[in-house]
Amino acid sequence: MTDPKIPAITINDLSIHFGSGDELVKAVDHVSFTVPAQQSFGLVGESGSGKSTILRALAGLNTHCDGQMLLEGESLQSARSKAFYKKVQMVFQDPYASLHPRHTIDKILAEPLAIHGFKNTEQRIAKVMEQVALPNKFRFRYPHQLSGGQRQRVAIARALILEPKILLLDEPTSALDVSIQAEILNLLNQLREELSLTYILVSHDLAVVSYMCEQIAVMQHGKLVELLQVDQQGKTDAKDPYTLQLNLASKGYDRAVIEQFIDHD
Amino acid sequence: MTELKGWLLAENPDSRTQAAFGRGYLGWLRFYHNPLAMIGFVIVLTLLLIALFAPYIAPEGISSGLTGDALKNARFLPPSAEHWFGTDGQANDVFSRIVIGSRITLVIVALVIFTAPILGFIIGTVSGYFGGWVDILLMRITDVFLAFPKLVLALALAAALGRGLESAIFAIAITSWPAYARLARAETLTIRNTDYLAAAKLQGASHWRLISGHIMPLCLSSLIVRVTLDMAGIILTAAGLGFLGLGAQPPTPEWGAMIAEGRDYILSYWWLATFPGLAIFTVALGFNLLGDGLRDVLDPKSGGQH
Repeated sequence: MTDPKIPAITINDLSIHFGSGDELVKAVDHVSFTVPAQQSFGLVGESGSGKSTILRALAGLNTHCDGQMLLEGESLQSARSKAFYKKVQMVFQDPYASLHPRHTIDKILAEPLAIHGFKNTEQRIAKVMEQVALPNKFRFRYPHQLSGGQRQRVAIARALILEPKILLLDEPTSALDVSIQAEILNLLNQLREELSLTYILVSHDLAVVSYMCEQIAVMQHGKLVELLQVDQQGKTDAKDPYTLQLNLASKGYDRAVIEQFIDHD
Repeated sequence: MTELKGWLLAENPDSRTQAAFGRGYLGWLRFYHNPLAMIGFVIVLTLLLIALFAPYIAPEGISSGLTGDALKNARFLPPSAEHWFGTDGQANDVFSRIVIGSRITLVIVALVIFTAPILGFIIGTVSGYFGGWVDILLMRITDVFLAFPKLVLALALAAALGRGLESAIFAIAITSWPAYARLARAETLTIRNTDYLAAAKLQGASHWRLISGHIMPLCLSSLIVRVTLDMAGIILTAAGLGFLGLGAQPPTPEWGAMIAEGRDYILSYWWLATFPGLAIFTVALGFNLLGDGLRDVLDPKSGGQH
């Protein structure tokens, strides 16, 4: 076990921009936050607020960034090592796009093991499929033979099979039916407890994030607007008008709510 | 039989092999219900069988070995029960020569298949995957080769390397790979930013594993379709080079060369050029139909993922 006092992830003054000159877009603008080990940290904001960009930068998919990212106190280099991927894994938003269409579930799960040279492939696949509650009969099916929820379970299993400590969750439920969303969120909560994982959860839905996370960062236009602590009842003491608006938005579509909206541009 | 079918179509296969066979069987079913594709498949299969058993099918070999008066009496005989496709100026049985010539056609096809598409495939996927200066460099090389007129380069190569089947094949291979490189690159570009590739990268997969295990299998089907459709063109080019006297040399029974031989007598002895011509026509048609059928089965864009 690592020292629980060392934060799992520290982000220091991170800026990410695309393009240059007149077309310079600041996707992330001087953002800093800390994620303690075994905590669930939520990043919330509207589309284009830069939350997914931070996650992709952390995963090493986005290399154009300034600032510092620390994993368990150690600074991350722009080229990630194999050891990094054993510690940090990611679950993507759309389970229809994140599974290779020509690979069976078995192949998808066996691949990370082959890359990292694990020998006990059979055991590990069986174990991880049990963890995400996927029946064994699905093992040799292709992704197109599964439903959205089942696919997302496969994606979570793929992320878990290397036994990482940190999971980056990029809107893991927003491509799924409402009824399936709760199922997947409960599964993620349960897995976090069982495996003492650290989560960074990106979502545009404040309700999802406050259900899942102990700490929430609200983002707008690439800037961190507010950092919130979630109490036992899943409530926050939000003060920023933008956060309050997000809070309203997560309650569903209501004419009265819409009329209270202020344009924050 | 039903047991085997059940095993192949099982919704929940028990092993990797069963899953792969099941997938293959579903593709075969789709192919099987396409009559034109089946005609193409039967033609190509027949060509393979004829080439395999050529010495047993061809009754008289490629050369009659006759001289003097015997040659005089046996040459330029029209098609008959004894000589189905007639005989040529050397009293050789045209049918036997066409049957044995099928081997040459297949050798050309095989040699081109195992050089140009594979080279183009690797160059295209690598170029599309890495992008940047690797892409620029490889694609400019491809552009250079695309700028050569096929037949003229083939003529130049045949002149430089000497006439013969080998230089014809080499010329065809070296002028046809850029098309495959372009195709593979275009396919790779549509895949390179997908989530499943990002997911594989996040597992720490090496460049080679990503290209060979993730990108290539997805590009392979359109490549196979393209190669099959190009096969007709390749056979025609080889025959064309043979006809121009730059490919296979007489007395090799290459179909294009046989037409060239028959050209002088086309008005008096029509069978000399007609039958090799029909053979080229049939085989080219067969490959085209097969290619169309394969496109329906393999191409995920037109076939649907079901």
